[in-house]
Amino acid sequence: MRLDLILRVGAKLILPFILLFALYVQFHGDYGPGGGFQAGVIAAGMVILYAIIFGVHAAKRIAPPIMVEMMVPMGVAIFTGAGIAGLLMGNNFLDYTGFAHDYLHAHEWGILIVELGVLVTVCGTMVAMFYAFVQRGRS
Amino acid sequence: MNALSWGAAEPHLPILVVVIPLVGALLTTFLRNGFLAWLVATLVAFTLPFITIHLLLTVLETGQPITYKIGNWEAPFGIVYRVDQLSGYVLSVIAIIGAVIMPFARRSVVAEIDERARSWYYTMYLLCLAGLLGIVITGDAFNAFVFLEVSSLATYVLIALGKNRRALLAAYQYLIMGTIGATLYVVGVGLLYVVTGTLNFDDMASRLSAAIVDPGQRNAVVTALGFMVVGLSLKLALFPMHMWLPNAYAYAPSFATAFLAGTATKAAIYLLVRVVFSVFGVGMTLENLPIGEVVIVLSIAAMFLASISAVFETNAKRMLAYSSVAQIGYITLGIAIANQAGLTGSLAHIANHAVMKTALFLALGAVFYRVGSVLYDDISGIGRKMPLTMAAFAIAGLGLMGTPGTAGFISKWYLAVAAIDDGMYSVVFLIVASSLISVVYIGRITEVVWFREPSKAAAQAKEAPLSMLIPLWLLAFATVYLGFDTRATVGTASEAAKVLLEGVR
Repeated sequence: MRLDLILRVGAKLILPFILLFALYVQFHGDYGPGGGFQAGVIAAGMVILYAIIFGVHAAKRIAPPIMVEMMVPMGVAIFTGAGIAGLLMGNNFLDYTGFAHDYLHAHEWGILIVELGVLVTVCGTMVAMFYAFVQRGRS
Repeated sequence: MNALSWGAAEPHLPILVVVIPLVGALLTTFLRNGFLAWLVATLVAFTLPFITIHLLLTVLETGQPITYKIGNWEAPFGIVYRVDQLSGYVLSVIAIIGAVIMPFARRSVVAEIDERARSWYYTMYLLCLAGLLGIVITGDAFNAFVFLEVSSLATYVLIALGKNRRALLAAYQYLIMGTIGATLYVVGVGLLYVVTGTLNFDDMASRLSAAIVDPGQRNAVVTALGFMVVGLSLKLALFPMHMWLPNAYAYAPSFATAFLAGTATKAAIYLLVRVVFSVFGVGMTLENLPIGEVVIVLSIAAMFLASISAVFETNAKRMLAYSSVAQIGYITLGIAIANQAGLTGSLAHIANHAVMKTALFLALGAVFYRVGSVLYDDISGIGRKMPLTMAAFAIAGLGLMGTPGTAGFISKWYLAVAAIDDGMYSVVFLIVASSLISVVYIGRITEVVWFREPSKAAAQAKEAPLSMLIPLWLLAFATVYLGFDTRATVGTASEAAKVLLEGVR
């Protein structure tokens, strides 16, 4: 049991950087390769690595199943919310023009919000699927 | 209803048709309570028909399609939603069926779905509704594929939650077949995109005329047509690609069966009509591939072979599912004949069949609620215990046979006229002959439920609750009403057929 010291310490060192890289991919998405989907998978990868090294129960303390389950619709709600915000500002659905004074600036905001929604849903879905597989035959 | 004022929401109605059920689905996931989820779903489902009917009436009045640019991107670059006579009509059919069955859902879902799955069940229902409406309202080939997947994925869950463990297998079968169908469709879309460089249906149509002359691109276009027709035929369960349908309908929860039988295949039929008529244009289709003849033969095979399967079936839901395959045969027959009367009959039958089949499945759902089974042995004599339910069943059954004075007669009449117009007199005979088989299978179940001694299970049953009887009788009444006043069905369908045939090249 205690022979996995290197793994445990190594994982602990890596974990914050995985999350940081996920955020980098997320915010880099509108300039280069990346975006919410990839970022969501990387962030979920952090939780999954944590679960593999420290056990599912430990992982469920940092990402409770109820939160993970709520993240799935929450991301869609953020995405749809961005669309509906456009509607409420008198523009078409998913038209971000009203989000800022400058047209391009507004669209950048819009993309970032939408990508955030994608990140939340993808991350939640990945972790929820992982939990579902890990729990098979236990409960 | 057109007097209804929508105020500032008026220009945004096309997108609201999809956004409202989507937001409703999100709400139900956060509520996590079966009753509240039902309340949200009902509210959403009853809002939609007002919007779709308003859109349809506006289009019929002005004769001009309504378009909506998502994100305000111009037509061929962005996704455009487009409501014309055809899509407004099919949207209204789906939205009305989706609303009418909601009162039925509450008790049926409580009886058939586990408590912790109930709110998710309504989530899936609303997602499915959003997907089906999206397929019909979008003017973009790839967006249609996305909505096809949204509705299909939700449908698999709706079916898999059935109490009978075979529901899982049925859902899996449908998952495989449905995925193959959607894949074939998207392969076709890909080929068209390579040739035309666009995904917008209208833009595609205008660029295809040039592409078809070029011998290098002609093969790609013809291949795309083949892929799309076969893929959509799988989704709409055209014989012999219907094998997923009987089990899926038989083992799904009653509410899901009633909803899917009325709406799911109809959206796929809409997409087929849209692709064949609006994008390719029938003239081009028929010159290059004998699709018309093939579909006519398959439709007639469906009318007979599926009807005969229905005759020998001893599970009432499976019997009606086979009958659905046969009825889809009538719809595709008219589409394949492709003249004014044929298309009118087919499109009218989309609404008529939706009304009748939903009524029949609702009646069986009410029986299942009281008896717990729909096998002939268990429900024999149930008519004496649940006379109101089974009377409505009989009325809708008469409609299915095509008895004069019911909705079913009207659409078959137009199909027969279409066949005569095209000089296919043998087809007229076949339409009548296959209707006679439906007399046998409806007659058989009528004999079972009315004339036999009640079985043990049936003897203890009571009449269905009012919340189930009201939607059932509304639809049974509509079956008769649409047999006399055909303005809503045939009137709109012939307008849509006229517009579709104008696009023929």
